[in-house]
Amino acid sequence: MNNLIKFIIKHHVIFIFIILEFFSFFMLIQNNKFQRTKALNAGYELSGILYNKYSEFTEYLSLKDENKKLAEENARLRNQLYASYKTDTIFSRSIHDTLRKQQFSYIAAKIIRNSVNMQNNYLLIDKGNRHGVKPEMAVISPTGIVGIVKDVTDNFSSVISLLNSNLRISAKVKRNGYFGSISWDGKDYTAAVLNEIPVHIKILKNDTIITSGYSTIFPEGILIGKIEEFSFKGGDNFYTTRVALYTDFKKLNYVYVVNNLMKDEIKSLEK
Amino acid sequence: MLKIVNYILGFVFFVFLQVLILNNIQFSGFINPFMYIIMLLILPFETPRWFLLILAFILGFTIDIFSNTPGMHAAATVFIGFLRPFVLKWIAPRDGYEAATLPRIKYYGINWFIKYVIILTLAHHSFLFFIEVFRFSDFFHTLLRIILSSFFTSSLIVGSQYFMYKR
Repeated sequence: MNNLIKFIIKHHVIFIFIILEFFSFFMLIQNNKFQRTKALNAGYELSGILYNKYSEFTEYLSLKDENKKLAEENARLRNQLYASYKTDTIFSRSIHDTLRKQQFSYIAAKIIRNSVNMQNNYLLIDKGNRHGVKPEMAVISPTGIVGIVKDVTDNFSSVISLLNSNLRISAKVKRNGYFGSISWDGKDYTAAVLNEIPVHIKILKNDTIITSGYSTIFPEGILIGKIEEFSFKGGDNFYTTRVALYTDFKKLNYVYVVNNLMKDEIKSLEK
Repeated sequence: MLKIVNYILGFVFFVFLQVLILNNIQFSGFINPFMYIIMLLILPFETPRWFLLILAFILGFTIDIFSNTPGMHAAATVFIGFLRPFVLKWIAPRDGYEAATLPRIKYYGINWFIKYVIILTLAHHSFLFFIEVFRFSDFFHTLLRIILSSFFTSSLIVGSQYFMYKR
């Protein structure tokens, strides 16, 4: 203690200098906004760096726990994901009209599998028996026809795509009503072929092709495509017509299954 | 006794000169003369060092109160109060300082006085301007301010010697 006092007395000038400077800087930082902000910022920066390093280090120690927690959370969130659930709602409704009798009802469905690159393409949709889907129902999209239902299970159905060389659909030229049949030649998923249009009929490029309604499957007037090019060889009775399809089969997502309520009645006449 | 009153009157005079006139002089933001430090420079050689520090603090703090910058001038003046004895030792004439003399032109000549004033003014201004900007990013801008202002302050201090002590 004695030595300390001796030391202080010996260096009293330095001590007074340090005390007064300290006091000045204290006032400076307390009372001058700019210097205060600067000093505080420097302090924050320093402590920020320190804390950052510290937490970087301690993070490693709890890495295992954190991983486990994250994995559990991932599993829980995956269970809540929309994609984990199958939509079970049926978007269809019937209208009771005393003047006109409803002939077609529609069931919305989502495509869950699709292909365009084979000779015989099929689609899978997420509606089946339970939702009222039956074989030989038409499938259409907002932009045009898609295909015909082939097999049905309780919850799913397979659909013969228009891009299937086995499928022929009755179609007509909208402008003059002449009909033929449309099929796919297995080459390009954006185009199909319209057959059986006789050569004496005048058709034009860009004529719209629609369904004819001459079968019990498709309603009349569903869009198919437009004529891209046509030709006929000498001696042929029919045009060879390429039809650009309105439906982009590569982009299909939601479709409607068309239920013809009077199918049985028509069928009974055809027998 | 009369000497002490003289110093007190000088103190009051230079503080008012500083806060009322010189603080308002700002040539394009570069030249801020701080002539009040003359009060520290002309104190007798025999002033105890601890007393010098306390006087320096009071002087700086008074200026601070008037210019609303608490601590800034006080820190700078305490700094040159601390430096003054070392500077005096450094630039002392060959045969030291004689008793009963003051650090003024008429005792030690113009060259000595200018050296003395410029060294302490530079020290004071450097310290003051750097704690005023409180960063080193505009270093050369601050340096220019220090040099110009120091030159101006030194001229004022040296000139005032002729003006006041001619009689």
